[in-house]
Amino acid sequence: MDAAAEQKYNFDVVRWFTVMAVVYLVVGALVGVYIAAELAWPVLNFDSPYITFGRLRPLHTNAVIFAFGGCALMATSYYSVQRTCGVRLWSDKLAWFVFIGWNLIIVSAVVTLPLGITSGKEYAELEWPIDLAIAVVWLAYSFNFIMTLATRKSSHIYVSNWFFLGMMVMITYLHVVNSLAIPVDLFRSYSVFSGVQDAMVQWWWGHNAVGFYLTAGFLGIMYYFVPKQAGRPVYSYRLSVIHFWALMFGYVWLGAHHLQYTALPDWTGSLGAAVSLAMIIPSWGGAVNGMMTLSGAWDKLRTDYVLRFMIMSLAFYAMSTFEGPVMSLKTVNALSHYTDWTVGHVHSGALGWVAMVAIGAIYHLMVRTFHTEMWSTKLINAHFWTATIGAVIYVVAMWVSGIMQGLMWRAYDEYGTLAYTFAESVEAMHPYYAMRAIGGAIFLLGAVMMLINILMTVAKASSEGSLQQARTAAATA
Amino acid sequence: MANDNKSVSFQEKMEKNIWLLLIILAISLSVGGLVEIVPLFTMKNTMEHNAAPELLWQRQPGQTLHDHKPGDGMRPYTSLELAGRDIYLKEGCYTCHSQMVRPFRDEKERYGHYSLASESMYDHPFQWGSKRTGPDFARLGGKYSDDWHRKHLRAPRSVVPESVMPNYPWLKDNMIEGKDMASRFKAMRLVGVPYTDEDIATANAELAGKTEEDAMVAYLQVLGTMATLDENKVYRQ
Repeated sequence: MDAAAEQKYNFDVVRWFTVMAVVYLVVGALVGVYIAAELAWPVLNFDSPYITFGRLRPLHTNAVIFAFGGCALMATSYYSVQRTCGVRLWSDKLAWFVFIGWNLIIVSAVVTLPLGITSGKEYAELEWPIDLAIAVVWLAYSFNFIMTLATRKSSHIYVSNWFFLGMMVMITYLHVVNSLAIPVDLFRSYSVFSGVQDAMVQWWWGHNAVGFYLTAGFLGIMYYFVPKQAGRPVYSYRLSVIHFWALMFGYVWLGAHHLQYTALPDWTGSLGAAVSLAMIIPSWGGAVNGMMTLSGAWDKLRTDYVLRFMIMSLAFYAMSTFEGPVMSLKTVNALSHYTDWTVGHVHSGALGWVAMVAIGAIYHLMVRTFHTEMWSTKLINAHFWTATIGAVIYVVAMWVSGIMQGLMWRAYDEYGTLAYTFAESVEAMHPYYAMRAIGGAIFLLGAVMMLINILMTVAKASSEGSLQQARTAAATA
Repeated sequence: MANDNKSVSFQEKMEKNIWLLLIILAISLSVGGLVEIVPLFTMKNTMEHNAAPELLWQRQPGQTLHDHKPGDGMRPYTSLELAGRDIYLKEGCYTCHSQMVRPFRDEKERYGHYSLASESMYDHPFQWGSKRTGPDFARLGGKYSDDWHRKHLRAPRSVVPESVMPNYPWLKDNMIEGKDMASRFKAMRLVGVPYTDEDIATANAELAGKTEEDAMVAYLQVLGTMATLDENKVYRQ
């Protein structure tokens, strides 16, 4: 129990973000499994407008990225910035504003998306009033973080904070530009950009939501929580400097690789692909930096389940940051684009990297901020295996279906005519869609175990009085 | 090595000064986007109709949108088509259908001529999509009858047994509230779509008695039919 830290820092807001992240992980994954099942068994749409694939899919992406991902980022960044700077958050009030604001935004997404209130831009579906709210809350979140850094006691700004900072600046750019729209009324607006320009702006946003929100932000998590959990310093300072600046400068260029062979001018797509290839180097540098942090302490993997999550996440990070550049190559993209391979790639990053590193950090946070051990270590282990197996089944199913789709679409018979109708390619996907739903369900099962474990730990902290003790220890000492 | 030391020391300055770090970050993060996005607005060869003006409908004064014949060139959507397009967005059709044919032999045979940038110049937002769980729609117009589309929208598996698309039976029951079509046209005009005052004045009335299904079918049937593309012409290098 660390009473001094409890009283010095604002852990209250961290605890709330942590618990809510796990709630949203379950919700987001549940919606994901449901829509995966709809593709395998379309009867599950039940002829109801509110639960069709088309309306729930944006809810799934928003829930996992902004609800789960956002709460995980806010919990971990607000925790680690206080620990690395040696000061309390600049403003408690602003932190609570961010917590309440972000959760209200999530609630409004849950209400509006199934109703079909959408701007029709992938990964940025929320309508303009919610977009405005996101901008305000995001700036408040960033401002509080920056002011905490400005008032720090430590002389240097620690590496995890660089990554969080990069994310905050870039997401502000992206969100503001990509959301520019002219409102018709409260529930409808039209993007100020059209056609090819809108496509480029959209994928500049789309890929950098991945690159900065889901990569830079979660690398911030990695650079603080992996060394902490392993009890070792970061493997190489120099590698982290290179990793950081190459990522900050380079990642921004990648969006164009989503538009290979489209009506986007060829130079833009090729530029995107060239920089994508170059990004293998910093990405792998980062993955190596994280994994080698364990050098000399590999034995900990045998006993420390939380560390397992983190190392597995780095393995997935390395894998998907190799796969991504390969898919951005024009010859590969010609096959992979529009297919499930893309979906598989996204999920190897999302389930394997983003979710696993966040899950590891959340278990770490639970112990530190509730001042007690987790309710069940066995359940963490079970969660680790279900998450890993679920993610692998999911990704493999999508690899097979994606490559098969791509090959079927371009196949010719001996008479030189197309070998398959589109409908035949849809039919051929059925077993893989079923397999994907099962993989997702296994992953979801792990998330449910985690939620139970988290809630039981909160209950345990309350019944043991560990949190209460930490809060009052100094006063009685 | 000397260079190395120098760069490390600048790095060290940034690590000690949050404002310096923020400024350098703000600059590095803006480069890629500026280089890739700004030229798309300024370079003329981005839009094919700059070199091939026949892709654009040359509308004469006094003509309504209904005077346009298929193949006359790109024009703004009619009231019914735009209403249909808005339902297309609302139902999230873009999560499974693309509207972008790539210049490959198989795509040409399956869907038609590759898509041009000018063909989506009035699309706010663009609907190129990123996934083909179902087929591409860029050249869907005219391939099937209106009746086929209605059957397919109500129960896709009644006409395509392998389909995994949801049924959309409510589209035929929902009347379009045409009250705000004029405001939608005005908003579109603000972002650069050339609607005339007359278009705006008649926008609401055109939807009288129309269902969401009518609008959806009108939109699906116009896709890819506005401009005539010349097989022998190279529009893009």
